[in-house]
Amino acid sequence: MAAQSATATRSGLRSALPLLAPAYLWLTVAIFLPLSAMVFFSFMTELPLSGKPWAFTLGNYAAFFSQSLYLTLLLASLRLGLEVTLWCVVIGYPAAYVLAKVLKGRSREAIFLLVILPFWSNGLVRIFSWAMVLREGGILDTALNAVLPFKINIDLMYSYPAVIIGLVHSYVPYMVLTCYLTLQAIDDSLIEAGRSLGATRLQVLKRIIIPLSMPGLVAGAALIFVPVVGSFMEPRILGGRTGTFYGTVIEDQFVAVFNWPLGAALSFILLAVVLVILAVASPVLRRAA
Amino acid sequence: MAGVQVSNVSRNFGAHKALDDVSIDFADGGFYALLGPSGSGKTTLLRQIAGFDFPDSGRISIGGESVERVPVEKRRIGMVFQNYALFPNMSVADNVAFGLSVRGEPKATIASEVQRALDLVQLGKLGGRRPHQLSGGQRQRVALARAIVTKPRVLLLDEPLGALDKALRVDMQIELKRIQREIGITTIFVTHDQEEALTMSDRIGILRDGRLVQEGPPEEIYDRPQSEFAATFLGDANIFRGDATGNGIKLPDGTEISAGAGAKLAAGAKASCAVRPERIQISTGTGRLESANANSLKGQVSKRIFAGNNSTYFVERAGQTLKVIVQNTGADRLAEGQPVMLSWSPESTVLIAAV
Ligand SMILES: Nc1ncnc2c1ncn2[C@@H]1O[C@H](COP(=O)(O)OP(=O)(O)O)[C@@H](O)[C@H]1O
Ligand SMILES: [Mg+2]
Repeated sequence: MAAQSATATRSGLRSALPLLAPAYLWLTVAIFLPLSAMVFFSFMTELPLSGKPWAFTLGNYAAFFSQSLYLTLLLASLRLGLEVTLWCVVIGYPAAYVLAKVLKGRSREAIFLLVILPFWSNGLVRIFSWAMVLREGGILDTALNAVLPFKINIDLMYSYPAVIIGLVHSYVPYMVLTCYLTLQAIDDSLIEAGRSLGATRLQVLKRIIIPLSMPGLVAGAALIFVPVVGSFMEPRILGGRTGTFYGTVIEDQFVAVFNWPLGAALSFILLAVVLVILAVASPVLRRAA
Repeated sequence: MAGVQVSNVSRNFGAHKALDDVSIDFADGGFYALLGPSGSGKTTLLRQIAGFDFPDSGRISIGGESVERVPVEKRRIGMVFQNYALFPNMSVADNVAFGLSVRGEPKATIASEVQRALDLVQLGKLGGRRPHQLSGGQRQRVALARAIVTKPRVLLLDEPLGALDKALRVDMQIELKRIQREIGITTIFVTHDQEEALTMSDRIGILRDGRLVQEGPPEEIYDRPQSEFAATFLGDANIFRGDATGNGIKLPDGTEISAGAGAKLAAGAKASCAVRPERIQISTGTGRLESANANSLKGQVSKRIFAGNNSTYFVERAGQTLKVIVQNTGADRLAEGQPVMLSWSPESTVLIAAV
């Protein structure tokens, strides 16, 4: 009986192979090959494409440790990732809650569309629109001065807050979507059961809703934190001179300095750091959930 | 603990009257069943009492205290949901402890109260499990323990046994009744299962389209239904329609049926009579009828269903199919197609005003 079911599973796997093959092929071509090429580059002295002689070296990795600038920038990027993630929780979670538990029907669809919109718009367009809003004499400045009786000067352009605003706007939909999915899976009767047992709305939120939606919060945080730590577009355009982060330095190596080996090495150091952070954080978060 | 008074409560959803002027007095310590078909407003009524929803008009009081505008968490009620609604992120013990812990009771008190409640539902050893590790019946017990551990004034149950299979449901019916007696809590139990309502409750309220059709002890509703709906929804009934004669009705074909129970109606009014299938005697018509059986009709057996301890005969008579249930006494059974005589007493006949 057991042997029979084992063969059945094996033959099931065999018949599934043709279905799985395209996916594996795609993963190999799209991720594994370029990634291995990058690993290879990161140990080279020179880019082979330029025709110069090259040799294997650990120097690119050593560079990170020999200059404190890289570590400073990495810490700044991690802090940026943390802040943006927190803002996304603060803004995205209540929005997801309202979408999942308060709104019904048409109004839910409409608000959903507004949340998804940044996803569909081009990243550069999005960022340059923010630039128009945030600069001195820009839309925000003009609008506030038109309403307020006293004169204020709003020039958020080329500042840390501008970078945060741009990044939060780009990434908050991830938080809304992942939290929405876990929140709408929570049966309303659980909330009613909590209230019938004498819990206030706040107690129900703390003890039932947040713990049950923790997987969505964690997934959203991971989806946001990782790319934000390596982000370069928002910091460069909205941050100007204050917008130098670890991601912009990596980008420089690839597009300006043409030191791909160093850029690749810096990327892998970032990847390692992020993986360590996720590995350390995941048991803690799982216990909280 | 406390009684619950519902007075003239109405609740509309748009143009739909989910509850239409419902008044019921739930006595302190009683076991009350709300019975009705799906969509009749049972859940809506329970939600008004619980405080999840508020009536458009009317009054609700618990223990003499008016609660129409009191939110659910302040009403001190216990509620058991059809899908159990156990918190999946907590152990069984934490589920049961929830109500005490949100009130800020000391840890030691909570632990002993939780253990007591779990012992009461005979799950004393399962406090450490997670809800998903329990069977349906066990989850139901946890839900019950969680609802009563806070010593609520009223226990509300919305079709709590609907998701269980038949055998388990009967066990849980007995169990629920035992626990209710033991703690003496006023209990309001929603069901669409008439047998469950009959066997468990002290009183039954029958709802239909948001209106209370009839209310009273199970025996009274079964023996003296006040409407065709009550007669046919709670148990089986043969309904005869005709004109009131003063002591019964006259059928369109001239046959008179005398009724010894039910409404007193002036002669000539439209009326019907309800007769329970087990009250009718069926015979080949050759033997002597029981002297008390003043009502008799001729018919023909169209079908017989044998169910072991009894048989159900379907008898055709003037275009109507009548149902007769006969206990299995070992006597000769009647064949399908056989002409028969049906007879029953006026005391078994309930006169009902036509609506
Ligand atoms: N929140 C609501 N919004 C609109 N209609 C509702 C709502 N709740 C119940 N109803 C309607 O009220 C009627 C009674 O529902 P309910 O009390 O759930 O019936 P029951 O529990 O007896 O099956 C149904 O027709 C239902 O569709
Ligand atoms: Mg219902």
